[in-house]
Amino acid sequence: MSKLPFVGDGLRLRVDWRTSVALTGRVVKYLAVPLLVPLVTALLYGEDIAVFAVSIAFVFLFGFVIERAAPEPDLGPREALLMVALTWFTVAVVGTLPYLLAGMGTDSTLAHPVNALFESMSGFTTTGATVMGSISLERHSHALLIWRQLTQWIGGMGIVVLAVAILPELSVGGAQLMDAEAPGPGIEKLTPRIAETARALWLVYAGITLLEILLLFGLHLGGLAPNLDGAVAGTDHAAAAYNAIAHGLTTMPTGGFSPEARSIEAFSAAVQWLIVPFMFAAGVNFALTWRLVGGDFRALLEDTEFRAYVGIIGVFTAIMTGLLFTGGIEPASAAFREPYGAIPGNVEASLRHAVFQTLAMITTTGYASIDFNAWSQPLKYVMLFAMFVGGSAGSTGGGIKIVRWVVIIKSVKRELFTTVHPEAVSPVRLGGNAIDERAVRGIQTFTLLYMLCFGAGAALLMLDAARVGYDISAFEGMAAAASTVGNVGPGFGALGPMNSYLNFPDTSKLLMVFLMWIGRLEIISVLALFTRSYWQS
Amino acid sequence: MRVVIVGAGEVGSNIAVDLAADHDVVVVDIDGDRVDSMSYSHDVLTVQGDGSDVSTLQEAGIEETDMLIASTDDDRTNIVTCGTADIFPDTFTIARVKSPQYLRTWERGERAFGVDFMVCTDLLTAQNITGVIGLPTARDVDTFADGLVQMAEFEVPPESPVVGQTVQEADRFASLTFAAVIREDGIVIPRGDTVIEPGDDVVVIGSPESAREFSSAIAPEQSVPRDIVVVGGSEIGYQTTRLLEARGFAPRLIEQDEGRARWLAEQLPDTTVMQSDATDREFLERENVGEADVLIAALENDQKNLLAGLLADRLGTARSVAVVDTVEFSDLFEAVGIDVAVSPREATAEEITRFTRGRRAENVSLIEGDRAEVMEFEVDADGDAVGCSIRDLAAELPNGVVFGAITRDHELITPRGDTVIEVGDHIVVFADADAVEAVTAAL
Repeated sequence: MSKLPFVGDGLRLRVDWRTSVALTGRVVKYLAVPLLVPLVTALLYGEDIAVFAVSIAFVFLFGFVIERAAPEPDLGPREALLMVALTWFTVAVVGTLPYLLAGMGTDSTLAHPVNALFESMSGFTTTGATVMGSISLERHSHALLIWRQLTQWIGGMGIVVLAVAILPELSVGGAQLMDAEAPGPGIEKLTPRIAETARALWLVYAGITLLEILLLFGLHLGGLAPNLDGAVAGTDHAAAAYNAIAHGLTTMPTGGFSPEARSIEAFSAAVQWLIVPFMFAAGVNFALTWRLVGGDFRALLEDTEFRAYVGIIGVFTAIMTGLLFTGGIEPASAAFREPYGAIPGNVEASLRHAVFQTLAMITTTGYASIDFNAWSQPLKYVMLFAMFVGGSAGSTGGGIKIVRWVVIIKSVKRELFTTVHPEAVSPVRLGGNAIDERAVRGIQTFTLLYMLCFGAGAALLMLDAARVGYDISAFEGMAAAASTVGNVGPGFGALGPMNSYLNFPDTSKLLMVFLMWIGRLEIISVLALFTRSYWQS
Repeated sequence: MRVVIVGAGEVGSNIAVDLAADHDVVVVDIDGDRVDSMSYSHDVLTVQGDGSDVSTLQEAGIEETDMLIASTDDDRTNIVTCGTADIFPDTFTIARVKSPQYLRTWERGERAFGVDFMVCTDLLTAQNITGVIGLPTARDVDTFADGLVQMAEFEVPPESPVVGQTVQEADRFASLTFAAVIREDGIVIPRGDTVIEPGDDVVVIGSPESAREFSSAIAPEQSVPRDIVVVGGSEIGYQTTRLLEARGFAPRLIEQDEGRARWLAEQLPDTTVMQSDATDREFLERENVGEADVLIAALENDQKNLLAGLLADRLGTARSVAVVDTVEFSDLFEAVGIDVAVSPREATAEEITRFTRGRRAENVSLIEGDRAEVMEFEVDADGDAVGCSIRDLAAELPNGVVFGAITRDHELITPRGDTVIEVGDHIVVFADADAVEAVTAAL
């Protein structure tokens, strides 16, 4: 007879949490590898390498130790959910180390652990909201700012997807892991082996990132990007390369961090135009991009979600171009003659800022080609609305996702139809295929939860701000919640693209860390962990 | 010719009766009673046993048999039977199946399952129904050359605008050939100056579109239906709806079973599927079924089909088509008010009989019993006709032959005197009974 531990069945955990912890450790251990990038940067610029050397050692050891939690991890569906949520949280926590170490003894706002966690979570979840007091290379090292950019690049395609691509032991439960992490209602296997699929996705992602970096640098060489190097156009190659890499690392993941305090406004129109197609690509399902690379144009053109994506961007761009062309500047900010005064009546500038800002909001990149805080209220409302659209499923974008909107609109239409014809059986179709009713329900539930998180988040943020006497408007509070849960980045007013989230109380910052975390993992897979039935039955 | 028929159900016995006059027929069935009744009532040899068992087939004399027809009610039994008979290479095998799934597999392969010819009951029935619906005035419709060519027989009503016109005047459609005019006193091969009289039956061959145009030309008030209601999501109901969708209709389909209704709705994007009892009068009224142009009853049994058809008739539906399983009920259905009764078994038996008659042709359609035939031939490399023009070929053939249509590389060509026949062409020819032999020999 075997000896069972003397606990009632009701208390027995049905989740092998040790497996999840151990596998989290394994992933965290490998975080030491990307930390080599800022280390090398520090060496190149002759900056302090101790920060990153210590971080690498600590991250590796920490991962190594918690990996011991289970010698032979056996990954099931429940363990996968826990592991993904845990990995993202742990990586964000561990990722604060460089901020904390570099901030020690300085007046950097990131020396505070809550601020560091906010910045780190905002980075890995590709939100792009910042609490950095002053973003500039004078105040922070090149190495630290490149680390900040790099966290977004790693988080973009997914830490777990990367782990599945590299670590063979994750391939069996890999599909579940990727499912729990991937943006959108499900993953699409491109190849019979999940590890190969993960590799393919990362390859496309890395390839496009590299292309963007090269093109940005090309603009510099061509003299079209005078501000890229901060000096005379086409001269300072090192500074231009740094900026090209830094922005390349945060476009494809729809991140939005920039080592420039003025975001993309700091750069020329040519640079802004160049970033537009890359933001667009970042919001497209990478499985489609993979097929496109393989020469399959039709898959892209026939994809319902892609067509909706293009259509929605077109509509938003048209509205914003119109508003900008006919004015669109807050009278109060008429004092800023440049660059705002140059937009009304100028087709190129209106179109450029409209398409740039539409893409930045819809794909949840969060870049700013201009301080849109100075824009009129209607424009800001349009942009707030755009935050809820989100990228395509299987892209790096956050938000609710196009495909969910398509399904929701179709299910609403169906509901209206069956009101008139109660006996009609009409499945919701996507690209000719009927969608399972469970999936439709899942999408409706997700969207409802998303809205609930947004509403509750906005209310709590405003209450918390009122508690400490921090003055934000209802619009700003809503924008903060929408921006964090959707992984967008900038908000409006005090949280505008050139400002920061610094003045929120710590409790609010922690709430936003939570919102960013569950937003990146699409809410349900995290919230499921907080239910009794997940742990017990 | 010696023919073995496996399965002595309605289809099998119908075929047996049709063939017994000219051929030696052996009927195999697993049911002793059926075998007995068959051997008492008809001049056929009977064997009791499992047709998919090689020893049973041997007992039926499969070694000397030219053709085996597997027509039990079970698809897989029929396929296995043909596969078994395929051991004897001289036997031509015909399988009757209900599910189109097997037909599709068979069409893709070269003699898949060892079956030489496959008849799909449900698909055939669905094709018959859609043919009847698509051409409201047609008495008979058949398709050739993978659906590129349609043969249709129309009755010209006395009030039709084409009455009194010559064929030349009436034939305004580019890809349509007037093959024959059938009158009380015989078949007339039309020439340009033949005048169409009321009550004539006109046989035309051409593209499905032109046949449809012609249909509305002879009876403009009976336009093509818009609102079609299919009752019953059986395989026949499903296939019919699918074919209607393929022709651009957006029918309504009523199915009672929840799971089946969902499945149908998933398969049929252009159809409004409703889950309800089709004999629920309140529902039918609420959904305005009475205003439909056509109602097709394809429920699970004859009684329900009759009830649904009559109910629709009472509600005011313009035309009702009902599937009738039991062949004898067909006339009864039409007598009590169903406009068209379609019998899958009869259609299958007819199709198989037709096939056994015209072995040389790819496809045959019988006109007015067997007074004439429309046949499809594929021209192979060693055929005598290769390189001949239609004019030369026609000169060698007796009167009563009309070249209706030619398809080349899946495109329809309307044959003219100077059209030269090439290898691989599919030729659709009308021939009256006396000329069939000559045409078969020439092509």
